[in-house]
Amino acid sequence: MELLGYYNYWVFAIVLMIGFYAVIVSNNLIKKLLGLAIFQSAVFLMYITMDKVEGGTAPIIQAGVTDQIYSNPLPQVLILTAIVVGVSTTALGLAIVVRIKEAYGTIEEDEILAQDRPS
Amino acid sequence: MNPNDHLAALQVVIPLLATPLVVLLRSHRLAWATTTLTSLMAFIIAIALTMGVMSGHDYQYFMGSWPAPYGIELRVDALSALILLIITGASTFALFAAYHSIDDQIGSHRQPLFYAAWLLALAGLSGIAVAGDAFNIFVFMEISSLASYVLVAGGPDKRALPAVYKYLIFGTVGATFYLIGVGLIYMMTGTLNLADMAVRIQEVSDQNPVLVAAGFITVGLALKAAVFPLHIWLPNAYTFAPHVVTVFLAACATKVALYVLLRFDFFVFQPNLSGHEFQFAYFLMPLAILAILIASAVAMFEKNLKRLLAWSSIAQIGYIMLGVSLVDMAGLTASILHIFNHAIAKGSLFLAVACLALHFRDLNLTKIAGSARAMPWTMAAFVIAGLSLIGVPGTAGFISKWYLITAVLSMGIAGIALAAVIVIGSLMAVVYVWRIVEHAYFQVPENPVSAREAPLGILTVTWIAVLANLYFGLNPDLPVALSTSAASTLIGYIP
Repeated sequence: MELLGYYNYWVFAIVLMIGFYAVIVSNNLIKKLLGLAIFQSAVFLMYITMDKVEGGTAPIIQAGVTDQIYSNPLPQVLILTAIVVGVSTTALGLAIVVRIKEAYGTIEEDEILAQDRPS
Repeated sequence: MNPNDHLAALQVVIPLLATPLVVLLRSHRLAWATTTLTSLMAFIIAIALTMGVMSGHDYQYFMGSWPAPYGIELRVDALSALILLIITGASTFALFAAYHSIDDQIGSHRQPLFYAAWLLALAGLSGIAVAGDAFNIFVFMEISSLASYVLVAGGPDKRALPAVYKYLIFGTVGATFYLIGVGLIYMMTGTLNLADMAVRIQEVSDQNPVLVAAGFITVGLALKAAVFPLHIWLPNAYTFAPHVVTVFLAACATKVALYVLLRFDFFVFQPNLSGHEFQFAYFLMPLAILAILIASAVAMFEKNLKRLLAWSSIAQIGYIMLGVSLVDMAGLTASILHIFNHAIAKGSLFLAVACLALHFRDLNLTKIAGSARAMPWTMAAFVIAGLSLIGVPGTAGFISKWYLITAVLSMGIAGIALAAVIVIGSLMAVVYVWRIVEHAYFQVPENPVSAREAPLGILTVTWIAVLANLYFGLNPDLPVALSTSAASTLIGYIP
């Protein structure tokens, strides 16, 4: 039963590996970037999971309420920053893919390698 | 209010504030001047911080006066000061060289944006060195990485694009691994401040998550630092980047990742995880030996000048990791010293390459024949910096190799084998530096060479860097004092 209790962490690990697998195996540069985005999303999930306190609500202090349990806001703030980093990485990666397409006429990794080889 | 107290913050804030200004400047010369001035200011701040640290007090700065561990803390000790000197020095030298070198490679209308990315990279790298908490290190690491992807992609060769794509994938995977590690530690300790973390880990009842975190962080940073066999992104990124960007990144980008690795492993993990020293040593030492032998061997057979030097960088990271993996005072001192000495040697070599590339567009070894006759000063600078890379007495490279060999020999029988690896690696360095010299000095060019000596400006910068190699070879007090102090701080945490 305890194993199932870590449900969120199982999802984290599985999604992480799906993303990583896509990064390693894909031949298409855009699919690789999608894999990378999934890989990063898994980490967001881990941070969100660890800040959840059972029965906790948003950490806003209300007048007169003293026995409220709050979720930890810090990991949420951290992961907001990490999401921004992830979005900018994906954007930059896609911009590079656009330029690769312009320069090579393809976004398949093996075809790019084949074009570079003779020189 | 004493401005001296704010130096640690200004180190990051000044390049960050100058960035939007540079974007707005329309003239590429003005953008260059602003960027160079900013970088020079950062260099001066780094020198001031180093002098402060040398006089015996570390800098501690609380952003917005919120005390640690609740607020964001900046910290500068001997190790940070040394890394800051390398970062800002490399950036300043490379920018002075950029005045002559960059016009060939990047169109003048794109240059202001290029310089803006440069300043972001500078701010990010300096931020890593001053940050006192794990998450800020991650944010600064990503700022510097994203900016350096842009810088590398600025190269004129279309092969720069697949190279930077690979760099981006590997860099992001490395940073994400680091983030997972930091998350796991936060789960167990509830803090991100490194100093606070080191204390609270002792109270953690279950060490397994921390152990997993140590694995993720070490591997993630090893990816960023191009520790063999995670180096695969490095050769092409260095080869196809604009020449001055190679000077900047080769001198400091991987070293900064090594800095974080040292800081985390010695500050947080070594004192608190039982048996971590052995895991760390047994994991890294074989990789370091392989890096020295294999990367040097590849460099011996490489045909492109810049890629040859890039492979040599991977081998040099091997030397640094070898010293670290001894996990003792002498080894750490040697490693930190080698971080500094390799930065100035490799920086000088790539500066000479930038001079050479003004007239020799194709940097294949066969195509640089006759360059020594046409550009005697450039090639003379290259040879002296090459001697420093090999570790010939009288140059900076000798000092750190000497420290490293002394450190490994104290280990007894195994030490002799390690010393042999270092000597073999250095002999291989003789071979690959000699191959360049042979092509430049003794090969008869196919076509008459029309090249002239590089302009005085870029030549002066190169020679100052080369003379620094000789100066720190004959008078190594400053780097030795800094590395000894840094090593004793790091080793001091191990009970």
